[in-house]
Amino acid sequence: MSDPVIIAENISKAYRLGQIGSGTLTNDLKGWWARARGKPNPLLKIGQEELINETLWALREVSFSVGQGTVLGIIGRNGAGKSTVLKILSRVTAPTSGQIKVKGRIASLLEVGTGFHPELTGRENIYLNGAILGMKRVEIDRKFDEILDFSEVELFIDTPVKRYSSGMYVRLAFAVAAHLEPEILVVDEVLAVGDVEFQKKCLGKMGDVAQEGRTVMFVSHNMSAILRLTQESIVLEKGHLVMRAPSSEAVDYYLSAGNSKVGERIWDADEVPVDAAPFRPIAIRLLDKAGKIVDTVRSTEAFKIEMEYDLAGPLTGLRIGIYLSTARGEYVLTSFDTDDQAHFEKHGSRPAGHYVSGCMLPPDFLNGGRYTLGVNASSYRVRRYFMDEQALSFNVDTSGAPGMQWSEPRPGVLRPRLEWKIESI
Amino acid sequence: MAKSDGIQKGSSKWDMIIGPQRNLFDLRLTELWHARDLIQLFVRRDFVSVYKQTILGPLWYLIQPLMTTITFTVIFGNIAKLPTDGLPQFLFYMSGTVLWTYFASCLTKTSETFVSNANLFGKVYFPRLAVPISILISNLIAFAIQFAFFLVFMGYFALQGTQLHPNWWMLLTPVLLLMMAGLGLGFGIIVSSLTTKYRDLRFLVLFGVQLLMYVTPVIYPMSSIPPQFQLLIKFNPMSSVVEAFRFAYLGAGTVNVVQLGYSFSIMLVVILIGVVMFNRVEATFMDTV
Repeated sequence: MSDPVIIAENISKAYRLGQIGSGTLTNDLKGWWARARGKPNPLLKIGQEELINETLWALREVSFSVGQGTVLGIIGRNGAGKSTVLKILSRVTAPTSGQIKVKGRIASLLEVGTGFHPELTGRENIYLNGAILGMKRVEIDRKFDEILDFSEVELFIDTPVKRYSSGMYVRLAFAVAAHLEPEILVVDEVLAVGDVEFQKKCLGKMGDVAQEGRTVMFVSHNMSAILRLTQESIVLEKGHLVMRAPSSEAVDYYLSAGNSKVGERIWDADEVPVDAAPFRPIAIRLLDKAGKIVDTVRSTEAFKIEMEYDLAGPLTGLRIGIYLSTARGEYVLTSFDTDDQAHFEKHGSRPAGHYVSGCMLPPDFLNGGRYTLGVNASSYRVRRYFMDEQALSFNVDTSGAPGMQWSEPRPGVLRPRLEWKIESI
Repeated sequence: MAKSDGIQKGSSKWDMIIGPQRNLFDLRLTELWHARDLIQLFVRRDFVSVYKQTILGPLWYLIQPLMTTITFTVIFGNIAKLPTDGLPQFLFYMSGTVLWTYFASCLTKTSETFVSNANLFGKVYFPRLAVPISILISNLIAFAIQFAFFLVFMGYFALQGTQLHPNWWMLLTPVLLLMMAGLGLGFGIIVSSLTTKYRDLRFLVLFGVQLLMYVTPVIYPMSSIPPQFQLLIKFNPMSSVVEAFRFAYLGAGTVNVVQLGYSFSIMLVVILIGVVMFNRVEATFMDTV
């Protein structure tokens, strides 16, 4: 590896759980006074424990180094500590222990349009935002035309940004960010905004940055972006660094991690967020036509997806949704158990009980490869009870599929058996 | 590679070491100096954005002190009949108002540094002191406008034949301004550091600043205070500044070098405490705000 420009040594970060103090000085004083007299805190509800020493370790003894010119991906589930790493690197918050040594100027992009002021014009905001991100005025002057060009909002550059559409706003904001020239760039999932075209442009720009030999650290849930932009990735799990490997390996590991049993994902009680109640997911599984749990299905055969759950109380308008996407994060389909009008009417409200919502996927449908299944339980426009974007992943095997006489891989998500006619005219 | 980051200068090899604790007494002035473009843009933002979508725009800078002065003249001058050291009531109250407004707005606005910028601070790092510094500067510009307005009225009264005695003490103006800015900044950042945890202080500040005005010779001259209460007023570091200003420009009041020295030392102490607290909070306030 080339010379390291970032060395993180045993970084840990603790957050205090629950409320910090009681928010007001008088309440803190009351609590303190009560404790001093040996009485229970009058502000605590009966039966509630003091939350004084409960800490959550967002990061635990994480060490890594990043070589000059490396584009390093950081992947992990929500709450794994990805953002905390970025925040510490960006100096937004300090680690509880450990240290990071850095060579060169760091610019961080945890959000686009940080510090944009709605009353200022696009032009004024370019300067302000640029300066906040660490650019000098002369630097912005020099790149102004380039930024303007990239943002595609030339016409409105002297209009206050509060009159911009959200798309224009994001484009302008990203244009500024894309023209930062630090030695090290730290990027959070900021590309999730904007339209698809613009996202592509941004990814392209980031690719250029990497080509220029600058060091980039990149957090994303979008595995295709990770695979495209990074050579190497680290995987975080519950605050621990569990793997560092070439990105393709890391992505595979990440996608298959957490599936306690292949072809089935069972949620333990402590994995379900408290606010999911009264919904309680039990398991999601993949079954072949014989009803056996499998993690590889054949492209030519139908298979079943089953979601098992409990309702502790009756729910109105509940719908169980599945999200099928490729391993790279592109959606294939979304479907809900009450899509069908008849189901929708019959299961409009469900009493408490034990349920299984299942559906069949037809044969000759998916192309070979690895897929991810997400699940979601919600009441439309009311509330989302539970969501796991990567509940399960599985393989599709193409043996026997149309066109297998040629061994080349086929681009595309679907592998349907189309009815061709060949006519000689 | 310039060592622009003064968090901790490590071995010559590293530009920056991010660790759990920072040096509490380190002002990181080099870092602040590198952020001067940012400070300038913050000032501009504050200035441009405040009066956008108002009909009178920047005229408000003049209307505010004018209205306050008229109110004070009517209430404290005509109704309560407080003495004004023999000066025209209008000039007396206007000088007090303009000075006090500078100090008070420096204090209240810097005291909101962390809370009102939480979103910004949570996303990107820049020297945090850039925010309070830019507030001092924006307010200084507003002060300059208002003070020029005051000088216009002074000229008008002088032409009308009122005896005013501006004198060489005027040369002390920059020092007096520095003291007001310093006191405002110091108290402001102390409060802003505390408000990350205790929000009630924000209300206390708004209220406290108002009360503080009444123990500062803004609406009355020092000379009208009975001797047994003078010590209380003198204890307030702003008192000597306001008195000295009035003496320099209007020729009434007192200049007391010992008093000014006292105020200056208080300013230094307050700034020192403020910076220590600010540095402490800055590192981790995002976890508590």
